[in-house]
Amino acid sequence: MTGRLAELLRALGARIVNNWIWRLGFACRFLWFTLRESGPSFRRFHLTIREIYFTGVQSLIIILVSGLFVGMVLGLQGYDTLARYGSSEALGVLVSLSLVRELGPVVAGLLFASRAGSAITAEIGLMKATEQLSAMEMMAVNPIARVVAPRFWAGVISMPLLAALFSAMGVFGGYLVGVRLIGVDAGSFWSQMQAAVDFREDILNGVIKSLVFGVAVTWISVYEGYAAPPTAEGVSGATTRTVVTSSLAILALDFVLTALMFRGH
Amino acid sequence: MMTRKELDLWVGIFAVIGIGAILFLSLKVANLASFSAADSYRIDAKFDNIGSLKVRAPVKSAGVVVGRVGEIRFDNESFEAVVTLNIDGRYQFPRDSSAKILTSGLLGEQFIGLSAGGDSVNLKGGDTLKLTQSAVVLENLIGQFLYNKAAEGDGKK
Repeated sequence: MTGRLAELLRALGARIVNNWIWRLGFACRFLWFTLRESGPSFRRFHLTIREIYFTGVQSLIIILVSGLFVGMVLGLQGYDTLARYGSSEALGVLVSLSLVRELGPVVAGLLFASRAGSAITAEIGLMKATEQLSAMEMMAVNPIARVVAPRFWAGVISMPLLAALFSAMGVFGGYLVGVRLIGVDAGSFWSQMQAAVDFREDILNGVIKSLVFGVAVTWISVYEGYAAPPTAEGVSGATTRTVVTSSLAILALDFVLTALMFRGH
Repeated sequence: MMTRKELDLWVGIFAVIGIGAILFLSLKVANLASFSAADSYRIDAKFDNIGSLKVRAPVKSAGVVVGRVGEIRFDNESFEAVVTLNIDGRYQFPRDSSAKILTSGLLGEQFIGLSAGGDSVNLKGGDTLKLTQSAVVLENLIGQFLYNKAAEGDGKK
């Protein structure tokens, strides 16, 4: 009986150490390498620009359209509740604060993880599976400087811009539904919003949040791609793990950052 | 495959509209441009009770926002709340102006209402408002009402 129990504990410990601790340590070491090799990769910045095109520009459509719809839904739902308390003019405050503080960075981050993060993982994983990374090493080209660092920085640069676009589109969507469709007074919609939203407290904290999410998502994506087993199955598993881990990381980090930033007065 | 020039163009457009979105949020949503702390002056006001007044609550005069609450602290000498008001430098008020804590709507947020006085000398930075009226505390109001009712009942007997 005790033998069985010890066996079970041992298996559990091995699982945790091999699947979590070891991977986390490797991921940290990998991030360190990426940062160290960033200098050489910045000297050829067109590589990063190319990656910004693939991660940032090609995510524009999904970010803009979902931002618009999220803002429009917030407008409808918010109006429904606020009208019950006779304060439908506060619709602008509700839409803008929920977008700038939470929904903008979080939803844009989730979309970014599934749109761009998965693509980064699949690309790097396939490069590894088809031995392109080994070929680069043979030619004395550092694959981290040539392949990983540009993708990492492209994600870190794109994410805050995408989150800001999402929030701006959402505010516009809320304006369309609230003011144009339902008929909330445009003046009080904007003025109450401007009175309630603070630059440093709300906008800047939202940008910081999206920057942190950008680092987390692209770090997870490039790591999963680089550490993927070089098989078709391995690459598909790594892509799935990227989306799952980044989504969990975004939501967990969001709680931590919110607790740090908005403690209330 | 796209040429490098085309890529640069698209990334440039992306960066411009992204930064444009941040500017839109800062200027139009947060209204950073029209009221900054740079051209404001500070005035203190002492209140017996500030209710649930918060930092950043608006200071209004005749219904127009003329400033914001900058700081709230407790004065341990007079046991009063000291509220620092940051008033927009464009607006000047006479020295005997008075401040009240008002509530917008029945359950809305609290703000400070400034009523201009008649003095010919204007307030300047660092001054303290002499005339203040505290926030209406609902519990006190109900207590007073009950007390009055009880007093009325005694009178009739």
